[in-house]
Amino acid sequence: MSDITRISRRALLKGAAVGAFGLAAPGLSSAFAAGALTVGFVYVGSRDDYGYNQAHAAGASAVKAMGGVKVLEEERVPETIEVQKTLESMIALDGAGLLFPTSFGYYDPHVLKMAAKHKKTTFMHAGGLWSEGHPDNAHSYFGYIDEAQHLSGIVAAHVTKSKKLGFIAAKPIPQVLRNINAFALGARSVDPSITVQVVFTGDWSMPVKEAEATNSLIDQGVDVVTCHVDSPKVIVTTAEGRGIFTCGYHASQASLAPKGYLTGAEWNWESLYPSFVTKVLAGETIPHIVRGGLKAGVVKRSPYGAAVPEAARKRADSVFDAFMTKDYAIFTGPIRDNKGNSVIAAGAAQGQTDIALEKMNYLVEGVVGSLA
Amino acid sequence: MDDMALGWWGVPLAVLAGAIRVSTPFLFVSLGECLTETGGRVNLGLEGTLVMGAMSGFGIAYLTGSPWLGVLVAGLVGAMLGAVHASLCALPRVNDIALGIAMLMLGTGLAFFLGKPLIQPEAPPLPALDLGWWSDTEQIRSALRVNALFFVGALLAPVLLWALRNTRWGLILRMVGDSAETARAIGYSPDRVRLYATAAGGFLAGVGGSFLSLSYPGSWNEGLSSGQGITAVALVIFARWNPLKCFWASLLFGGASALGPALQSVGVTQGYHLFNAAPYVLTLAIMVMTSTARGKMAGAPGELSVSR
Repeated sequence: MSDITRISRRALLKGAAVGAFGLAAPGLSSAFAAGALTVGFVYVGSRDDYGYNQAHAAGASAVKAMGGVKVLEEERVPETIEVQKTLESMIALDGAGLLFPTSFGYYDPHVLKMAAKHKKTTFMHAGGLWSEGHPDNAHSYFGYIDEAQHLSGIVAAHVTKSKKLGFIAAKPIPQVLRNINAFALGARSVDPSITVQVVFTGDWSMPVKEAEATNSLIDQGVDVVTCHVDSPKVIVTTAEGRGIFTCGYHASQASLAPKGYLTGAEWNWESLYPSFVTKVLAGETIPHIVRGGLKAGVVKRSPYGAAVPEAARKRADSVFDAFMTKDYAIFTGPIRDNKGNSVIAAGAAQGQTDIALEKMNYLVEGVVGSLA
Repeated sequence: MDDMALGWWGVPLAVLAGAIRVSTPFLFVSLGECLTETGGRVNLGLEGTLVMGAMSGFGIAYLTGSPWLGVLVAGLVGAMLGAVHASLCALPRVNDIALGIAMLMLGTGLAFFLGKPLIQPEAPPLPALDLGWWSDTEQIRSALRVNALFFVGALLAPVLLWALRNTRWGLILRMVGDSAETARAIGYSPDRVRLYATAAGGFLAGVGGSFLSLSYPGSWNEGLSSGQGITAVALVIFARWNPLKCFWASLLFGGASALGPALQSVGVTQGYHLFNAAPYVLTLAIMVMTSTARGKMAGAPGELSVSR
């Protein structure tokens, strides 16, 4: 019995190797024959989710509009070995020279493995995970979207009557905490009596729980809500239905809430992605880590909704200008966490690129919530 | 400021409101599964039926502008999936549980595939009845804005219980579920009876799905169900194959799933992972408390593959 399995396993491996070669060989020839660059986009969810994936898909359509490039897209690819298969087939069958595996969890180990295997293909990954020793053809990019969240907080503070804001978040990881804290600091810079109530749902896409969280927050008197989940659609429509205000995230949800949508923090991938493609086409090297905020045009904010008063626009615009011209630092001391410990001393400031901000493990004073 | 906030009263209110809002899909799926299992078969595919119902109901409501037509079509699609399950199970040596898992994957896969163009649009929602008109508190009014489908489900539970106990077809269904041999001897075809029972169960599960996409949370997306169909199938065992108990069990589960967000919103933020897991902790606790060595399968139809 064991002999049979051994032989069949070996035969299987042989067969697989022959098969892979057979797949790879025509792929290579077509890649070089075509001349034009083929760019592949891989999404973890559906690309019109009013959220994370839609923002990336907007970048993909901007690349498509460039002309001279062929764009491939695949949706709903889980963060498992599946993504390796998708990338493999984009490279081997379609001759992709530039790949955008957009979900955070794709990077380790899937993108790392594929990048080591296909050295001629450029991999661009959203999330900022590249570090020394990783393959040379792998790159990370990310945006300081907390700057736009900070502006949302300022606008929310002008609109709230109850002085209670809500933040529905998936998981307490540093990037999420940074958004929550930037939002809270923005709001409390306008009125220090404001509190931000956080609800963690536990995962990136939990529509029923997100709707429940929105309703519970509203029942507690929260009158402006924002979020950090993959698709804010359910939260925005629930809030609109109950007549409170929202600030969006990832993409613009303004069309879902014509009355209550104030502003929002959006990715600006449609400006970043074509610049990567141009560089690859010109044969230039892309830095291993590309990051930027409002100033670099990596993130943007939604246009103000009708409900935003003049004072809010003025204040938010002046802080926006400070981001654009003076490298304004959101995390300027003294900042205390919501347990009363000092996290950034008076006089100290952690600017946009400070690595300490990427290890954030606290919620600032005025945020009601805890990490576990 | 204080008059707008409910403080701690928000927790029981949210649990009550959540029980009503979240329970409806559980209720319909568990009633459907209750029928199917009373006939002696387990249809695990109801999770797929739920998702398929959510997608098709949303699609039809969006295209025609009528949410009730969407509910009807969702039910018919569910009945069709149920009929497929039953017809395949009627073939020799087909295991209903394994087939159910296949149907689950078929249903969700098909729904994701066909539902792609439906993620962006908005469909007209099902109407809700305003039972909170007597209150001045906005929170109570919103909690008591109860969807019409909830009442349909709540009425259906006692009606089904009565029908199973007191009508001719209820008796036939129970007989087929308890002993196919006896049914055959009297002259009923167990396969045909089970076909009807599974199709009816699928119909109800499809309707439950349409509630998700047309009422709460009220839009179609791929993460919509997050396992509610499977949970509802488990509820049936917990409810001992009694439709009325399915109703209470669904309410309990709905309330428990509202507990996590509600506690966090009043500021009880420690241990939210545990509160978010409340429905599952609750199931385990009740299973442990109610199971005894003697009566662990009391009320189970004799033909069910889990009790055989």
